[in-house]
Amino acid sequence: MSADTDTAPVIEWGSVTGWGRTAPTTARLVRPRTYEETAVAVRACGARGSIARGLGRAYGDAAQNAGGAVLDMTGLDRVHAIDVEGGTVLCDAGVSLHRLMEVLLPLGWFVPVTPGTRYVTVGGAIGADIHGKNHHVSGSFTRHVLSLELLTADGRVRTVTPGTPLFEATAGGMGLTGVILTATVRLQPVETSLMSVDTERAADLDDLLARLTATDHRYRYSVAWIDLLARGAATGRAVLTRGDHAPLDALPRRARARRDPLAFRTTRLPAAPASVPEGLLTRTTVGLFNELWFRKAPRSRTGQLQRIPSFFHPLDGVPHWNRIYGPGGFVQYQFAVGHGQEEALRGIVGRISARRCPSFLAVLKRFGDADPGWLSFPVPGWTLALDIPANLPGLGAFLDELDEEVAGAGGRVYLAKDSRLRPELLAAMYPRLADFRALRAELDPDGVFVSDLSRRLDL
Amino acid sequence: MKDAFGLPQSLLVLGGTSEIALATARRLIARRTRTVWLAGRPSPALDEAAEGLRALGADVRTVAFDALAPESHEAALGKVFAEGDIDLVLLAFGILGDQAHDEQDPVSAVRVAQTNYTGAVSAGLVSAAALQNQGHGSLVVLSSVAGERARRANFIYGSSKAGLDAFAQGLGDALYGTGVHVMVVRPGFVRSRMTAGLAEAPLATTPEAVASAIELGLRRRSETVWVPGALRAVMAAVRHLPRPVFRRLPG
Ligand SMILES: Cc1cc2nc3c(=O)[nH]c(=O)nc-3n(C[C@H](O)[C@H](O)[C@H](O)COP(=O)(O)OP(=O)(O)OC[C@H]3O[C@@H](n4cnc5c(N)ncnc54)[C@H](O)[C@@H]3O)c2cc1C
Ligand SMILES: NC(=O)c1ccc[n+]([C@@H]2O[C@H](COP(=O)([O-])OP(=O)(O)OC[C@H]3O[C@@H](n4cnc5c(N)ncnc54)[C@H](OP(=O)(O)O)[C@@H]3O)[C@@H](O)[C@H]2O)c1
Repeated sequence: MSADTDTAPVIEWGSVTGWGRTAPTTARLVRPRTYEETAVAVRACGARGSIARGLGRAYGDAAQNAGGAVLDMTGLDRVHAIDVEGGTVLCDAGVSLHRLMEVLLPLGWFVPVTPGTRYVTVGGAIGADIHGKNHHVSGSFTRHVLSLELLTADGRVRTVTPGTPLFEATAGGMGLTGVILTATVRLQPVETSLMSVDTERAADLDDLLARLTATDHRYRYSVAWIDLLARGAATGRAVLTRGDHAPLDALPRRARARRDPLAFRTTRLPAAPASVPEGLLTRTTVGLFNELWFRKAPRSRTGQLQRIPSFFHPLDGVPHWNRIYGPGGFVQYQFAVGHGQEEALRGIVGRISARRCPSFLAVLKRFGDADPGWLSFPVPGWTLALDIPANLPGLGAFLDELDEEVAGAGGRVYLAKDSRLRPELLAAMYPRLADFRALRAELDPDGVFVSDLSRRLDL
Repeated sequence: MKDAFGLPQSLLVLGGTSEIALATARRLIARRTRTVWLAGRPSPALDEAAEGLRALGADVRTVAFDALAPESHEAALGKVFAEGDIDLVLLAFGILGDQAHDEQDPVSAVRVAQTNYTGAVSAGLVSAAALQNQGHGSLVVLSSVAGERARRANFIYGSSKAGLDAFAQGLGDALYGTGVHVMVVRPGFVRSRMTAGLAEAPLATTPEAVASAIELGLRRRSETVWVPGALRAVMAAVRHLPRPVFRRLPG
């Protein structure tokens, strides 16, 4: 008998939070290493149910389940098959995008979508239906999922394919339709592991929106870092970085990179200290940082070669950077509003600037077409994300006001980042919520899958 | 569930007519609280309190609860928890007693102790177990500065609060790491029904100020909250006064 079936999955009680380190709750942590162990853990989860957890990069309470079971899926970490010709991979849901990059890049393939960190699992990427800098071209992650295997509340494992209600509920379904065990994902071909990047500055928000609207289609990847502490005429000043995978002939002829163009190189700095005093990030320190950073950016530069980590995942360079917010933790506010709602976007950016939240560079991006998931976040239009220390006085009420504006403009906030939305607003933000609830009621009548998020927002 | 700022969606008040508790409930309803249970001795005042909170948009229910009947606590509170998660339990019941009278009437003195201390031991343990079962929630206990160092003028009440305070601290330690948070709140003189007609002590405050300190404490996940905050330093000094000096303090 193999060790896999010999011993029970590891179980212990532990305190769980999301990446923002707010609202800790306690759950039974189970780390299944096989599909069978996963099924056993779900069957035995008890009255308070269970929820799958990947690498815990959701900011809020999506991968927590107070008093119940939290299934740490990172033990299911096998890459089963790579179709090197066709460009697809079949892997376990606990495999991280970091691992996929390590495995796939030397073969000339890249993940179809990567978020701002590569330490997310495939299960988490589907559960939140994540988007990347290429959303305007490629859409969300689940648009590249050809099929997945889902363990549902009745204990069955179903093969789920795009175009079916169960797929559309699972894409962005925050783990509430079941546990994703494996997925087959379509890949992006690349010639090198480097990025060719154009950088330019935008003087203010209008300038930024104009540049993104006019020229985003020329780039596969595009994002703007926006300084929300800048005020007055500089409100919304930003640095745009846009680019694509560098083709082989873009590498200098005698460069080291030429010899091994597909090598995946990363460097990580020492981790942030485990305990950081409250109040390190103030308006002044953060404002100074933003100022330096804006001045450091070139006014305009084209064709710069960058490694994948520095282009896509600059924050991954410092492990546990979330600790710098101190014990109070932080909140990420990310919302989207449609095209034509630029006035609302301007209004919200203006309010955030006027409020002087000590927020590091926020991220603004133009979204492409909407995605298939009923609770998928992207809407064709604009999205803005910013981090704010949770202990900022009055923050809760301030964000509630922003919610009203977002909802009023037909927009929504991103559930993978949320830790504080008022449940009453959810249905307006996600019109397919009723379908989602109905499907859950039928598929999981006893509420086997629950999370703190689903309790809080009554999903 | 509580949100990132520690704001509860559901609230159980033990001592449903307490002015401090109702000020807290109003404040929390204005933010996130939708479900409120008012546990208390059935009375028109309890119904009125419920009606008042309903008018603010909350779903409010009352449940019969008597601190002096600990054997009934499990059933009374069990019923509440069976209806759904409780994010915050506010233990607010208490009586001041009448020191001069109670010194002459041991039975009524014991009633102060039984209400404030043993009643809270039982209700606190029942609530803690239910919260622990949920894996989340806060238990906020209204202690008092009077328990920090018992004074000649109100040592019967003071000693009951000292017992309650020590119990709540220990409970907080026992629950550390279970996902349940215990917060001990030590107000000074609060202008409420309880103190009506008494001479005001220095640093007197209001039920609303206590409510706001509770909201802040929830956000910070504090273990001890003084209201007003200045009392922390004052009491740190008072605590170490020599007995002869302490005895001569006014009031
Ligand atoms: C620095 C940083 C940058 C980010 N940038 C972006 C970005 O650019 N775009 C973006 O879209 N997101 C972004 N995110 C958010 C992140 O991509 C998502 O929250 C993602 O879901 C995290 O994956 P995870 O494996 O950590 O999942 P977790 O955080 O552990 O879980 C997230 C959700 O997925 C569900 N889930 C996880 N595994 C499974 C499974 N096997 N089966 C079913 N459900 C499962 C969970 O139940 C939960 O609801 C960022 C996060 C960080 C920390
Ligand atoms: N006011 C202050 O200066 C002050 C200062 C520090 C601490 N505190 C503490 O704060 C808490 C709330 O005080 P408050 O100012 O809001 O006073 P309050 O309005 O008088 O409230 C006291 C509450 O206790 C309840 N109660 C008394 N005996 C009970 C019993 N046997 N069973 C159930 N409930 C009982 C009362 O209910 P009924 O309606 O049934 O009587 C009332 O709801 C108390 O614990 C008090 O000791 C108050």
